[in-house]
Amino acid sequence: MSMTRTLAIVLRQAYLIRGSFSRMFPLFAWVAIDMILWGFITRYLNSVSASGFNFVPVLLGAVLLWDFLVRVMQGVTMAFFEDVWSRNFLNIFATPLTVTDYLAGLVLSSVATSAVGLAIMLALATTIFGLSFLAYGIMIVPYLMILFLCGIALGIAGSAAVLRMGPSAEWFIWPLPALISPFAGVFYPIATLPAWMQYISAMLPPSYVFEGMRAVVAGEPVSLISALWGGGLAVLYILLACWFFTRTYRYAVRTGLLARYAAESAA
Amino acid sequence: MRRSSTTAAPGNQLESPVLAVAQLRKAYGGTTAVNGVTFSVGHNEIVGLVGPNGAGKTTTINMILGVLEPSSGTISVGGVDLAANRSRALQHTNFAAVYAPLPGNLTVYQNLRVFGLIYGVAGLRARIESLLAQFELERFRNVKCGVLSSGEQTRVGLAKAMLNRPRLLLLDEPTASLDPSAARDIRARIHESVAQGSTGILWTSHNMYEVQEVCDRVLFLSRGRILLEGDPRTLPAEHGKESLEELFVTVAREPLSLGEH
Repeated sequence: MSMTRTLAIVLRQAYLIRGSFSRMFPLFAWVAIDMILWGFITRYLNSVSASGFNFVPVLLGAVLLWDFLVRVMQGVTMAFFEDVWSRNFLNIFATPLTVTDYLAGLVLSSVATSAVGLAIMLALATTIFGLSFLAYGIMIVPYLMILFLCGIALGIAGSAAVLRMGPSAEWFIWPLPALISPFAGVFYPIATLPAWMQYISAMLPPSYVFEGMRAVVAGEPVSLISALWGGGLAVLYILLACWFFTRTYRYAVRTGLLARYAAESAA
Repeated sequence: MRRSSTTAAPGNQLESPVLAVAQLRKAYGGTTAVNGVTFSVGHNEIVGLVGPNGAGKTTTINMILGVLEPSSGTISVGGVDLAANRSRALQHTNFAAVYAPLPGNLTVYQNLRVFGLIYGVAGLRARIESLLAQFELERFRNVKCGVLSSGEQTRVGLAKAMLNRPRLLLLDEPTASLDPSAARDIRARIHESVAQGSTGILWTSHNMYEVQEVCDRVLFLSRGRILLEGDPRTLPAEHGKESLEELFVTVAREPLSLGEH
């Protein structure tokens, strides 16, 4: 792996974002809107709830963490889609660039873009609605890491799917987080779900994050084993996603899909 | 404009040809696009790869660029086997093709910088400045490539292709879509760029005048096979034709008359 080649991919993404309002705006706009919308919803729920339960760390915190995962995934896919949209695969892969260099570049691009989103969300949630990451204790660090790894895995797997199926398949990729969220228990305990959904939840790293987060806020003991299990699953999915991308890339090189990549040729 | 070429030159890196292709074959299911092609490109040599549409020229170039896996056969760039050491082999290769423009949403300078980093070009800033001057692109430095004219985009593509001072340069119809004046200008710039070094060039074109003017050797490809090979200035007479274009038409329409088996 070459760090220079990896940084070239990051630099390309930086150039594109710096020079385009339509690329820069979504980095903070949608997460800011989510924070404001859900901030007021939690404030309202706090005012009507007789129990005195504080919805801010549970509901607004959950939205923030989920949005973080989504931004991480989109950070990877957006950087990949730039090559799809500009039909750049021939230029970029007829070079010494390796798949590892390329994927590392996508991941580093996502680190930068998702960090912007996280900072904006934290600033709004903290200053306007009083959310503090301190409420989650030290566990916020592994929780963020698990969500980050899961977002990266989703992004790489989604990119591989678009490489295999063609540019029009990107519409399958955008809703992936929404497809997963009911099973991940973002807003409710996993026990709420029917048994068959709980089996799927057990395979999703974010489930362990949101269950743990609720336990911390409720003052209940936090299971380190659960966090480790969630982290282990996230690492496993990253490896599977990289394997899937590499396998798809090799398929594309073998069949000529990479050299003739277009909506019309990828089927 | 024709230069003298060498297939062997002193020095370790010049011992093997810049490109050696042996028994290259590519099949898609039951269709064979390239069938047992063998050729080489020497240092400081320009080899023309010509043939009718669908003959297998671009398929061959894509395999040499590592974006298409051959069904069988070997490709060696500067003595480095492409299949075994893809990244190392492509370090000293570059290409320009009319169907692969650089991303239109980046400026000329940004594109050159990104690709310069990918190729690991030493002294990149100075190299970019030199290429901007050589291809008269200074005034387009901060212009997005997508808004440039065809000729300007071709010049940017060639500047990218020269960034890493490639030992092997693949030019797939570099002057297609250019007017004769712009095409002549591009040919002159390519010559100027490779004159000092030992770059070997594989050049595809449908313009037989161009092939005759720039190529030291020409390979006629038909139905995935090399049908004829030789000096583009003497080859037509050797086959009883008046011009390279007439020979091309015969290859395209009656390949069997020229000994295809």
